[in-house]
Amino acid sequence: MEHLDATTVISQIFTGTVSGMMLVLMALGLTLIFGVMNVVNFAHGALYMVGAYFFFFTLQKVGNFWVALILVPVLVGSVGLLIERILMRPLYVRPEEDPILMTFGLTYIFMEAMRMYFGKIGLAVDTPASLSSAVNLGLFYFPSYMIFAVVCAMLAIFGLWMFQEKTDVGLIVRAGSRDSVMVRVLGLDFNRVRLLSFSIGTALAGLAGALSAPIRGVIPEMGAPVLPQAFVVVVVGGKGSFWGTVASGLLVGIVTAVTSLWYPSWAEVVVYFLMAVVLLVRPMGLFGRE
Amino acid sequence: MKLPSLVVLIALLIVLPFVNPSKTLSNQILIWGLFAISYNLLLGYTGLLSFGHAMFFGLGSYATGHYLIHLDNGLWGGLLAGVLCGTVGAIAIGWFGLRRRGVYFAMLTLAFGQMLYFLGFKLDFITGGDDGLQGVPTPSLVIPGIKEISLVSIQHPYNFYFFCLALVIVVLLAKELLVRSPFGKGLQAIRESEERSLALGYDTMSVQWLAFVLSGALAGLAGAMNTLYLGFVPLDSLALATSGTVLIMTILGGKGLLIGPFVGAGLFLGLQDLLSAYTDSWQLVVGAIFVIVVIVLPSGIAGGLSDYASSFFSRKPAAEKPS
Repeated sequence: MEHLDATTVISQIFTGTVSGMMLVLMALGLTLIFGVMNVVNFAHGALYMVGAYFFFFTLQKVGNFWVALILVPVLVGSVGLLIERILMRPLYVRPEEDPILMTFGLTYIFMEAMRMYFGKIGLAVDTPASLSSAVNLGLFYFPSYMIFAVVCAMLAIFGLWMFQEKTDVGLIVRAGSRDSVMVRVLGLDFNRVRLLSFSIGTALAGLAGALSAPIRGVIPEMGAPVLPQAFVVVVVGGKGSFWGTVASGLLVGIVTAVTSLWYPSWAEVVVYFLMAVVLLVRPMGLFGRE
Repeated sequence: MKLPSLVVLIALLIVLPFVNPSKTLSNQILIWGLFAISYNLLLGYTGLLSFGHAMFFGLGSYATGHYLIHLDNGLWGGLLAGVLCGTVGAIAIGWFGLRRRGVYFAMLTLAFGQMLYFLGFKLDFITGGDDGLQGVPTPSLVIPGIKEISLVSIQHPYNFYFFCLALVIVVLLAKELLVRSPFGKGLQAIRESEERSLALGYDTMSVQWLAFVLSGALAGLAGAMNTLYLGFVPLDSLALATSGTVLIMTILGGKGLLIGPFVGAGLFLGLQDLLSAYTDSWQLVVGAIFVIVVIVLPSGIAGGLSDYASSFFSRKPAAEKPS
C-alpha cells in the first residue's frame, strides 16, 4: 500500500463529503417518495441529469448563476408534478410494480430527449467568478465552489427536515408514510400529499444535478451511475430515519473518495460491498427501525 | 388448456425464419425470447421485479466463452457451463437480494447489477474488459456415429436457429410443467399475497429464492446461446441496459401469455432495427411505447390483442382480471 500523508487523506475526505452530500439529496428525495407512495422512482437519476441540463440551459438564457440555481429545482419539481398528476396517478390501483416500471420507462425518454436537444457530447458549466477561487483551509486549498455546494445541500436538507417536522403539511406527509389509509380515513386529500411529495422529491434530484453540473460537467448518461449509488445509500441507511439517510450518504461518498486514493479502480465497486456487508449484518439498514 | 397456444407458438417459431428476411433478427428473437421467458418466470409468476437480470445472462455468456476457449470445444459442456454459472450467481445474489422484500428488492438488484458490471469492466483478464471476450470457437452439434452438424455456417443458415428452437421448446415444456406443479402454485400464491402464504405455512423466502435461481439458470442458458451465436462476449452482456432491455421486452409482450416473451423480443428488436435506420433516438420511441403500454395495456401488446380478439369473437366484455 502506498504511503499517503494525512493532508491528502483529509482533503479526499472533503471531496467525498461533496459527492456524499449530492447522494444525500438524491436519497432523501427517493425515501420521501418511497415512504409516501411506496414507489421507487427509477427516473430519479434521469431527473438529476435533467436538472443539470436545465441548469446549463437557464444559465445560458438568464445569465445569472443564482437565479438559475433557484429556478432549476422549481422546474424539475414541476416536471415531477406533471409526472405524478398525469402518468402516475392512474397506476396507484395497480400492482405495486406498475408505477415503478413507468418511471423506469421515463429514463429512456428523458435521456434521449436531452441527447436530441443538447447533443451527445458533454457540456461544461462555469462556476461564477465569486466561487471560482480556492479557500485556504490551513492544511490545503479547497475549491470554494465545492464548499458552496455542500452548504447549499445542507440548507436544502435542513429545510426539508424543518418542513417535515415543523409544519402541518409536513406532519401529514409523515403520517402518510406511516399509514396512508389512516390519513384518508381522517378526511385528508391524500392525492395532494402524493403530488407534493413527488414534486419535492424530484426537485431535490434537480438541485443535486444543478449543484453537480459545475463539478462534473453535463452528459446524458450522468444519471445512470448516480441512481444505484443513491439506492445503496437508501439501503445502508435504512427505512424511516432522516438523519440515518444523511449519515449513510456521507459514509458512501467518503468511502468512495478515500478508496480511490489507494485503489482508484475499485472506488466505484467498494460501496456495493459495503451494501452487501450491511445486508448481512443489519438487513434493515444501519439506522433502520424495523 | 394451454396446449393449443403452445402448439401455435411453436408453429409460429418454425415459420418465422422463412418469412423474416433477416436471419440475424430471427436468431436474436429466439435468444432474447428465451431470456425474457427466464425474466417472466421471476416477474410474471413470482412477482419479483428485478433490474439486474443481465447479471446471470452475462455470467452465462462469459462462462460458456471460457469453457469453449480453454477447456473443450464441446457444445453441451459449453451450454452446461453457462447454465451452471448463471445458477451459482443467482444463488449468491438471491441470498443477498431477498433479505429485503418488495420495492427494496428492485433497488438491490439494480445495485448488484451495477456492481457486477463494474467488476466485469475492471477484471479485464477474465472478461476482456471493454473489448469483450474475443475469439470464442463455435462448437458443432455431434450426433454420435451419424454426423457432425456445424451450427453457425453460411451454407446452412438455419442450423443455429433450429438448434435453439429445439432448446426453447424443451424449456417451454419444462416451464409449463413447473408452473403447474405445487411449487409453481406456491409461487403464484406468494405473488398474490405473501402474508397469506406465510400464514399457510409456506417458507416464502426459500420458495422465491428457488424461483430466482431457476430464473438465473435459464438466463445463463440464454447467455450461453448468445455466446455461441456471436462467437464473442461483449461487456454489454452485463450492462444495466441489458437488464432494461429484457424487462421492456417482457412488459411489451405481456406477462400472462406464453407467446408474450417472443412478441416482446420481436417488437423490441424489430423496432430497434427499423427505427435506427432513420434516427439515433430510437430509444425515445421505445421508451414512450413502453410507458404507454404500462399505463394503458397492463397485459402487454400480445395480451391486449388476445383480450380484444376474445371479446370480439365472444361478443361479451373481456373479464376483468383480478390484480
